[in-house]
Amino acid sequence: MTVLKSEDLRFAQGKFRLHDINLEFPQGKMTAIVGPNGSGKSTLLKLFARLLKTDSGNVTLDNQLIHKYKRKEYAKKIAMLLQAKEIMPNITVKELVAYGRVPFQKLAGTASAEDKEIIAWAIKETGLEKMADRMVGHLSGGEMQRARIAMALAQKTPVLLLDEPTTYLDITHQLELMKLLTRINKTYQITIIMVLHELQYAGAYSDNLIVMKDGAVYQTGKPQSILTAQLLKDVYEIDAKIKFENNYPIIIPNYEI
Amino acid sequence: MLEYVERKKKRMAVLVSLLLLLLIAIYAGLSFGAVSVSFKELWSVLASGGEGVYEKIVYNLRLPRVIVGLCVGACLAASGALLQGVMRNPLADPGIIGVSSGGGLFAIITMVIFPQYSYLLPFIAFIGAFLTTVLIYMFAWDKGASPVKIILAGVAMNAVLGAIMNGVMVLYSDRVQSVIGWLSGGLNGRSWYHVDIILPYTIIMLLVSLLAIKPVNILILGDDAAKLLGQNVELIRMLIILLASFLAGIAVSVAGLIGFVGLVVPHIIRLLIGEDYRFLLPFSIIGGAALVVIADTAARSLFDPIELPVGILLAALGGPFFIILLRRRRIL
Repeated sequence: MTVLKSEDLRFAQGKFRLHDINLEFPQGKMTAIVGPNGSGKSTLLKLFARLLKTDSGNVTLDNQLIHKYKRKEYAKKIAMLLQAKEIMPNITVKELVAYGRVPFQKLAGTASAEDKEIIAWAIKETGLEKMADRMVGHLSGGEMQRARIAMALAQKTPVLLLDEPTTYLDITHQLELMKLLTRINKTYQITIIMVLHELQYAGAYSDNLIVMKDGAVYQTGKPQSILTAQLLKDVYEIDAKIKFENNYPIIIPNYEI
Repeated sequence: MLEYVERKKKRMAVLVSLLLLLLIAIYAGLSFGAVSVSFKELWSVLASGGEGVYEKIVYNLRLPRVIVGLCVGACLAASGALLQGVMRNPLADPGIIGVSSGGGLFAIITMVIFPQYSYLLPFIAFIGAFLTTVLIYMFAWDKGASPVKIILAGVAMNAVLGAIMNGVMVLYSDRVQSVIGWLSGGLNGRSWYHVDIILPYTIIMLLVSLLAIKPVNILILGDDAAKLLGQNVELIRMLIILLASFLAGIAVSVAGLIGFVGLVVPHIIRLLIGEDYRFLLPFSIIGGAALVVIADTAARSLFDPIELPVGILLAALGGPFFIILLRRRRIL
């Protein structure tokens, strides 16, 4: 079943333009979007999250145009992890996660019993129980990312978008994060759409891969069938060998100087 | 766990200190001066309600002045705290983005050109502050108004309004005497008449500002993050800026241009307890109220019998104090 779908989507901002984006995202699957810098990956994600407005074309969520949803209703459908660039306010992990319940609350409302239960659940899912009362400013990079994911989980949305979730993390925490996302996806059937820079993770951890180039979709399909030496040459302009071991892509570029 | 407990304790300590400061401010404001009144006498004087010399001085001169000072300080600090929150910029302040000048310009024009309407001064100052905000928004708007653009448009407006104010004063230099004291921000001669004017507005608007706590706390996460939580960021920001300009207008209408309070009080509170507006806003309100009354008491006592406008003292002492604070905390 398709949860999110775009038809002839177009968007321009300055010199940059996205065009002819026709995509379908199957429900309960993990989809990775890859492509060189400036290919439009993050922009696409922001259009899906309604942080930007499309110039033309249709985007539908559960067969309804996304701009027909009320703001808060949409926030109950799609959560997004932004790039980790914003400075976080100095609050506790629990307080940060509690923000995820905002779409369910009134202006002057406080957290209901259900809110508290869901906040505790999100903290447990991300393995942050011991750090729930610590200040986010004192967390390590990996813990911080998990706390932000916990906030998105607390929104209890069927769809989760992530914009470069592994950037700035070391390999240990990158793997930990990808495993966490896979577990969330498998356990709760949350549809995950993530922009990744690391082709290896995109290839290893996604059911579907979308490759972008110059503001258009270059190719879509199963990672094992589309991640080829030819694709690396066409999209990234590098000479490299690629093979899969245990479903994990190994890319060896021609690194002679 | 420790950090969490420590933060709670610190908040408590700051709150107790602020309340103590407020009590000291009120006591000092009522008892200091040419006729000093002891703590014991104060009670009997206040209870009697205005007979005799002591009673007249305290009840008719000092008490209304203290109340006006509390209102002005509370409004300015709340206004600054709200602006800093929704602009996500620590420099936002009603005095810097031109809102106060807008109220000030309208008030000055009234005083020198249409003095027969002086009794409408508070409303005219509101309208000035309000219109300035609307103009700033129009200039900054482009499919939404980013905080930086609002601040830059505000700074430009501030310059223009300042120039017009000076122009009016030069053109009507024969009538300008009454305006100068008001311009530098003073509470001299503020009476029950002024209390009647601003107390109801202050109470209502401060209560309304409590409704802004949650939205500001959400906006602190950043515009995109707030939108992802289903918030109408542009609308929230506009409403809170209007609220802040209203608060500034209340202060300007009776006390003239008092700077510094809206900028610095929320800053100091933020350094002490962080930027959770559930605490930052009410704490700033208490701090602002106490600061203005203490500064006003000092300003009228220091060079006795000459009274210094409190705005001058606040700027002269507050500026350097702020710089020391920033350098020590290394956040400049």
